[in-house]
Amino acid sequence: MGSLFNQYTRRKLTDVLVRSACVAAAVVALVPLVSVLYYVTVRGIGGINLDFFTELPKPVGEAGGGMANAIVGTLKLVFLACVFGIPPGVLAGVYLAEFGHARFGKMVRFSADVMSGVPSITVGIFVYALVVLSTKQFSALAGGIALAILMLPTVTRTTEELLKLVPESLREAALGLGLPKWRATLRVMLRTAAPGIATGVMLAVARVAGETAPLLFTAFNNRFWSSGLNEPTASLPVNIYTYAVSPYEEWHRQAWAAALVLLLMVLLLNVSARLLVRSRVGAR
Amino acid sequence: MATSHDVSLVRGRSRILTRFGREVNWGDFVFRRTTALIAAFVIAALVAMAVAMVRASSESIATFGLGFVFSSVWDPVRDVYGALPFIFGTIASSLLALVFAVPISLGVAIFLSELAPTWLRGPVGFLVELLAAVPSVVYGLWGIFALAPWLRDTVEPLLAQVFGFLPLFQGAQHGFGMLAGGIILAIMITPTISSVSREVLRAVPSALREGALGLGATPWESVRVAVLPYARSGLVGATILGLGRALGETMAITMVIGNRAEISTSLFAPSYTMASVIANEFTEATGKLYLSALAEVGLLLFVVTVLLNVVARLLVWRVGRLPEGGRL
Amino acid sequence: MNPRPMSSKPTTKKASREGSASGEEASKARWDEVSVSTLVPKMRTEGLRAYFGQAEVLKGITLPIAEKQVTAVIGPSGCGKSTFVRCLNRMHEVVPGARATGQVLLDTQDIYHSEVDPVRVRRRVGMVFQKPNPFPTMSIRDNVLAGLRLNGERPDDPDAVVEKMLHRVALWDEVKDILGRAGTGLSGGQQQRLCIARSLALEPEVLLMDEPCSALDPIATARVEELIHELRKAYTIVIVTHNMQQAARVANFTAFFYLGKLIEHDRTDVIFTRPKEQRTEDYITGRFG
Repeated sequence: MGSLFNQYTRRKLTDVLVRSACVAAAVVALVPLVSVLYYVTVRGIGGINLDFFTELPKPVGEAGGGMANAIVGTLKLVFLACVFGIPPGVLAGVYLAEFGHARFGKMVRFSADVMSGVPSITVGIFVYALVVLSTKQFSALAGGIALAILMLPTVTRTTEELLKLVPESLREAALGLGLPKWRATLRVMLRTAAPGIATGVMLAVARVAGETAPLLFTAFNNRFWSSGLNEPTASLPVNIYTYAVSPYEEWHRQAWAAALVLLLMVLLLNVSARLLVRSRVGAR
Repeated sequence: MATSHDVSLVRGRSRILTRFGREVNWGDFVFRRTTALIAAFVIAALVAMAVAMVRASSESIATFGLGFVFSSVWDPVRDVYGALPFIFGTIASSLLALVFAVPISLGVAIFLSELAPTWLRGPVGFLVELLAAVPSVVYGLWGIFALAPWLRDTVEPLLAQVFGFLPLFQGAQHGFGMLAGGIILAIMITPTISSVSREVLRAVPSALREGALGLGATPWESVRVAVLPYARSGLVGATILGLGRALGETMAITMVIGNRAEISTSLFAPSYTMASVIANEFTEATGKLYLSALAEVGLLLFVVTVLLNVVARLLVWRVGRLPEGGRL
Repeated sequence: MNPRPMSSKPTTKKASREGSASGEEASKARWDEVSVSTLVPKMRTEGLRAYFGQAEVLKGITLPIAEKQVTAVIGPSGCGKSTFVRCLNRMHEVVPGARATGQVLLDTQDIYHSEVDPVRVRRRVGMVFQKPNPFPTMSIRDNVLAGLRLNGERPDDPDAVVEKMLHRVALWDEVKDILGRAGTGLSGGQQQRLCIARSLALEPEVLLMDEPCSALDPIATARVEELIHELRKAYTIVIVTHNMQQAARVANFTAFFYLGKLIEHDRTDVIFTRPKEQRTEDYITGRFG
């Protein structure tokens, strides 16, 4: 009787220990998050002022200046990424959902999955070879294309999966009303799936907005304003990198400020995407 | 039986359409072909990427052959290149990241899917996913000004004091180096491994868990005995996905690993990864062989991550498809 | 509906093929003089066979559908009644691997002719489904107009169309103040009537109803049945039902299907009181199914 009791307590003890270990793991995992958020907020606030948003960078060594061009540059690059990445991604996703059961569809799906695992710097090399070498310059266009390639697999799979979730009864209703198949798909099925797709796209945009590596040799960098799409373009992530590894205090300060702005942008996109999901579910 | 067809029911279905497909009207025909074309573009992009990388590396492959992978000489001045230090740096830092990340991610995954009270799962899960939302370069910035100094001033001296007899913990302590790289990679791949693991654990039929609990097992025992074995291949797949991400990570690790092309046994020593050398030297590279060598490093990285990705997905997919027990 | 003694006319299944003039006459005729032999068909099938892949689900159906009458299709599960009705507006082939052979005539045209566009068929032959399926992203008003708008048509007075259709399905008073609310915010019965309104907005000639009340509560069912009774004056209706009492309540003609074959087709009162086939009698007396 005594040994049974001991065995039971031992098992109970193991259970409690393992549970605590799991809780500890969760805490440990979140410590860096808290630390990063803390540092970025505290150190970044100091560098945020009007100049940061309106001034161009000053020459090396001089105090002051801002990152207006980098902020605009990031917006420009993200916009281009959306233009090049979202329409093809959605259409490819529609194809996969409607016609993708055969072998060709499997190949497309496989390619999209593989592409989502490719290191972003490799995409940078690819776009460099494709665009920068042929146009003989770094450009926002090249940067936008690189970011679009990074977005494409995610948008495709999200669209496919969400379209498949729309009940077939809606398609039947649309066909029963005398709509041709393509109209039923686009104007009923896609429209119903649109909020969910929008969420997925926003998350993809958030990820892409913070990317640095593919921009290093496509959009490169620029101390001044870049007009149009065919000039090297400054961006927040590249600036953070350049300033962070430099030896200048002033630049470190601005790097933190830029990190704060970038983080806020990314978090805003993330949170709104999730709120979009929640509001849709709530309305049902 | 003679039937006339009133024009109202017939749209001029041209003979061209009848030849090409089952579609009865132009709209459907165009729709299917257009979307198929765009979907083909996805395949084309991947193939083009592979081809471009091979072509860019061709000169280096031709010049150095297999020796590229085994040589430690990286000398832009003499135009001799060998990628061994970077391969070592990449693999070592990623494996180190796995050592930290796998137990933690598994713990988080088990916590979230099996042990945590329901009200806690949402917020904690959200926070873990937030780890993935932070851009790599922001981690790098934090790594330079928060992590590295902390390692240099607190952790590394402590490790050297306690474990200094091991070659792992010897040498100068800068804060920047393999240890910093491993830690920061671990932070970045934790959300990947834990979220895939959560999905895998969720795919385990609850009948298995309940069966074990019904036999009087403690919650942990039911996980250990019923859930984990079933989910094992999926969890391995999740780990490999994390490994793939770690290998391809560029900015954060470039900023903390020290960027010195040396192979060392110490965790404190600086190192250099494949992604970092490309990031640092690509735009500075003069000379075709130099660029080609860097491109070959990129090609190696590309091939390895793609292979790992495929293997990982097969493993994860297998768990989702196993037909035993409950519905899927 | 009290059964009336039927005149001793031979009941062949041949139907007359007059044009609309005598069709009007037929519908004005006294009910007790109408039989399957004299009904004016709006649609008729000739040797209709339907397949899912290799499996033959309908084995040669030849059946006239009376104009401006309600025809019920009854039978045990799996007898092919839903498949039959879905062939009438070419919805059957929407399922991958499904096909149909034979003829289905709408007035005098075979809708299965190779040059016929199924999309156009469905404008003239509308359909209401078992589970109400209003479009969730659209308001009540937009749902009614959906059939027109999604096809690119712009009615001159959309509000008039909406009001007229909602009146026709007896829904106007209930929803006239909440037209902007989402279509899915209504009760099941209201949603189904909304779907009927949506189909009617296209002014079809035939309305197919695939078990329209099986997802509804008894009160909602009664209201839809009232509606069918009203709609009969203007539309030809085919209703699939697994509820024999419902067939007896709403239908003028009833067709009994069993294992993919048409067993008997006659006036409803005849089917339920003096069926000619043994299997029909077995089914309606509840011996199987």
